[in-house]
Amino acid sequence: MSTLTLRQEPPERLDLLHVNPLSLRGLSEAEAARLPVGTSRHGLTLGDCFTLALDGSEDLVIEGGSSRLDRVGASLSGGRIRVVGDVGQRLGAGMQSGSVVVTGSAGPFAGSGATGGTITVEGDAGDHAGGAVYAAKAGLDGATLVIHGSAGDYLGDRMRRGLILVGRAGAHAGARMIAGTIAATSLGDHPGYGMRRGTILTGAVGALAPSFVETGTHDLVFLRLLARSLRPLSPTHADLAAGALKRYSGDLATLGKGELWVAAA
Amino acid sequence: MTDLTLNGIPVIDTFAEAFDVAGTAIVITNDTAKWAMIAAVTMTGFATSVIGCGAEAGIDCELSPDETPDGRPGVRVLLFGFEPNGLKDQLLKRVGQCILTCPGTACYAGVDGPTKIKLGGAIRYFGDGFAVAKRLTDPVTGKARRYWRIPVMDGEFLCEDFVRAVDGAVGGGNLLFLGRKHADTLKVAEIAVEAARAVPGAILPFPGGIVRSGSKVGARTKGMMASTNDAYCPTLKGRAGTELSAEVGVVLEIVIDALTSDAVAQSMRAALHAATEAGAAHGLVAVTAGNYGGNLGRHHYHLKNLLSKEPGSSEAGAA
Repeated sequence: MSTLTLRQEPPERLDLLHVNPLSLRGLSEAEAARLPVGTSRHGLTLGDCFTLALDGSEDLVIEGGSSRLDRVGASLSGGRIRVVGDVGQRLGAGMQSGSVVVTGSAGPFAGSGATGGTITVEGDAGDHAGGAVYAAKAGLDGATLVIHGSAGDYLGDRMRRGLILVGRAGAHAGARMIAGTIAATSLGDHPGYGMRRGTILTGAVGALAPSFVETGTHDLVFLRLLARSLRPLSPTHADLAAGALKRYSGDLATLGKGELWVAAA
Repeated sequence: MTDLTLNGIPVIDTFAEAFDVAGTAIVITNDTAKWAMIAAVTMTGFATSVIGCGAEAGIDCELSPDETPDGRPGVRVLLFGFEPNGLKDQLLKRVGQCILTCPGTACYAGVDGPTKIKLGGAIRYFGDGFAVAKRLTDPVTGKARRYWRIPVMDGEFLCEDFVRAVDGAVGGGNLLFLGRKHADTLKVAEIAVEAARAVPGAILPFPGGIVRSGSKVGARTKGMMASTNDAYCPTLKGRAGTELSAEVGVVLEIVIDALTSDAVAQSMRAALHAATEAGAAHGLVAVTAGNYGGNLGRHHYHLKNLLSKEPGSSEAGAA
């Protein structure tokens, strides 16, 4: 297991796009220490900020997180990263496979454009978790994003594929959703605003957009499959899927093939 | 031919000739085992012979809720055709007419294999644009499976996007039971069918697993692909070419299709042993098998290799 230990709070935002188990595997500690991670004219390197202990394995631990650590696990194509602490924006963005675990909280745009693998945030996530960055075609795109705490607004904005599991999320979860699945214990106002397809499952919800219509309660085979697929990740969400649910169809202002399942009172 | 016996019943030293076919399996589930079986029986109707019906199909086994993807009771159905395209055509027709239409039913791939056959992805057009696809992780395998959800009047028909056809499926394993009386011989054949069906991955597509109209290739009538197996018709005894002794009054055949050649051999072995064990009490005269001289089918199941209860090293091979 390779370890990067943060010496102190970084003086500027750090871009860790190229700091992952696969890219570090072929480097000596001296070579890795020279990797540029700074985002200003000061030219900070990995060695300036972290103490390195590399062994070439597929497991990388980043000890001592910071909300200034951006793009942790971004474009990851294998291996495992564990961050003990917080991370900044775009956690696991564009990730293809492997796993990233953050014991603290994550900034905005976690999992944006990730096509595979699993991203776990044990704390909270910022706005646009699993959402699309500006001008991007899609947010989460096939990966699994698990947020144990709460997420901000616009969770899964324009997500196209994959699964987001979250405790509580803010307003406009699943906005402009193309497809995929969001499961939450509660959501804020206007979930699924402008969604075309996809499934949102929640225990409670704020105000609904008027372009969602209730279709009643249904005992669908799909819900059984959903509950079974959720159970290994979260028995709470699986129980939610297996319980009594009301279905809303929407957003009828767009394609209208999405659905919102809300626990029946 | 050498005289062989098993449980005191003569077994003719010959072989069953069988063919490479395209085969697939699907799992049908429903809220109750009764309705899963209704769907399976409907889908496997009119599927006795690939020549006349386009496919040969049968029920492989019932599945408990623990064994199905959605945790409901299920039935595994096997379907065989000459080649994957023909199989696909039949699969779509049968799922579209018999499974989609059946209340509460869902449909999943039942076997892994190298050839993809689009199923839900084709049937979704019935949904008239309202169908949606859903990719969910199978908790057992950890792999994603894609399903189509097609709105229907009782809710949704859920159907897996595609199923797979296996390599190595074999159709046409067979045994012929030569008996004295119809009722007795039918009983022997029923016992054989029960034993043969117990082998996983094997089906007997004819009514009750039994066929009375065994056929030969060609006919005296121009254009007929197949005609009655006159050598085994008891009313034609005494003519040139008959294979029946004077004491034989009825001949019944079982035909076995399976996903693997081993399953055909195991199924034939089980049927042979069960039939001969019951044979003495039911006037069974002999057991033989049907072939076309060994020139048409690649798989030859020699009855002498099936006499032992345990499988041998090689039960099927070129003659």
